[in-house]
Amino acid sequence: MSAVIIAILVLLGLAVVFGIVLGFASVRFKVEGNPIVDQIDALLPQTQCGQCGYPGCRPYAEAIAGGDTINKCPPGGQSTIEALADLLDVEAIPLDDEHGEEKPRSIAYIREDECIGCTKCIQACPVDAILGAAKQMHTVIMSECTGCDLCVEPCPVDCIDMIPIETTLSTWKWPTPKPGIELIATDAGRGSAQQGGFA
Amino acid sequence: MTEFLLILISTVLVNNFVLVQFLGLCPFMGVSNKLETAMGMSLATTFVLTLSSLCSYLVYTYLLAPLEMAFLKTIAFILVIAVVVQFTEMVVRKTSPLLYRVLGIFLPLITTNCAVLGVALLNIKKMNGFMESIVYGFGAAVGFSLALILFSAIRERVAVADVPTPFRGAAIGMVTAGLMSLAFMGFTGLVSF
Repeated sequence: MSAVIIAILVLLGLAVVFGIVLGFASVRFKVEGNPIVDQIDALLPQTQCGQCGYPGCRPYAEAIAGGDTINKCPPGGQSTIEALADLLDVEAIPLDDEHGEEKPRSIAYIREDECIGCTKCIQACPVDAILGAAKQMHTVIMSECTGCDLCVEPCPVDCIDMIPIETTLSTWKWPTPKPGIELIATDAGRGSAQQGGFA
Repeated sequence: MTEFLLILISTVLVNNFVLVQFLGLCPFMGVSNKLETAMGMSLATTFVLTLSSLCSYLVYTYLLAPLEMAFLKTIAFILVIAVVVQFTEMVVRKTSPLLYRVLGIFLPLITTNCAVLGVALLNIKKMNGFMESIVYGFGAAVGFSLALILFSAIRERVAVADVPTPFRGAAIGMVTAGLMSLAFMGFTGLVSF
């Protein structure tokens, strides 16, 4: 009986010692990522569309942290720009027209009887949301599509439509509050410039 | 000194862990598609194997043997190996993010590399001393690296060769591994340790 208890104690002791070593190592060898990049990345819409000129949302977040302008993200639109301006404490500027215009959120739809199976849209899709093979009909996985428009351009027979997502009972959400309104009572004076009076 | 040299030659060539004792075949087949990842895997395994054979020797000699808990050695060594792998992962992540990205999933998989547990258990079975254990572990790792890197170099060539259809893919890999193993059998009797 005592042998069993000793065995358990030995393993417990080993585990505790190793736990302390690993805990110490995790502090000692902590990887400092740039936390601001993570925060910016969280605000971007993650469409990975590349309309900003960078190969995805994460590279654009790194570029913003490095000093790039915040108005290059059409899918995010004005609300993203305002959130970024709030985070980085800079002036909110209107969307840069060069990189595209803000559209309602939509998803791609392939008219399947017109699809010739050229696989060009599959190669263009940044999130692998298009299923299909050469000379087979392609289709879009609705839940994966981010509505980035990148597949529309390469299609040789123009059989891809961008369909705006209709608001139904299952997709309806409360509109996001306008920035500035969430000020608490004691901050009311600070917001008066934006609000034009007390909120 | 000659003794350590003999252990090295024995573990690297004569009793090569992969090709003669058939331990650690999983990473041997899994990571050998590209020379680059094979080298990264070899480096990580070398580090883990040497360190874990040292740690498991210490745990056995100063904890399990005095308490007459030798029957705990397998589970205790698994614990030791898991900790060493975790530690290595942290160090690699800190020192070389590139290597960390290349190794990816294979780094945690060293935990289940049976060559690592095999070395720890064989050290006890052969009653190796402190330095001998380290040299044995290091030699096993060098042997593993040698086999893995040679094999991945061959596989890179085989990938572009005109292989008959039924043999393509994993089949030709297995055949290649078998032929390599045969070649390493040629070292048998070089040293007896």
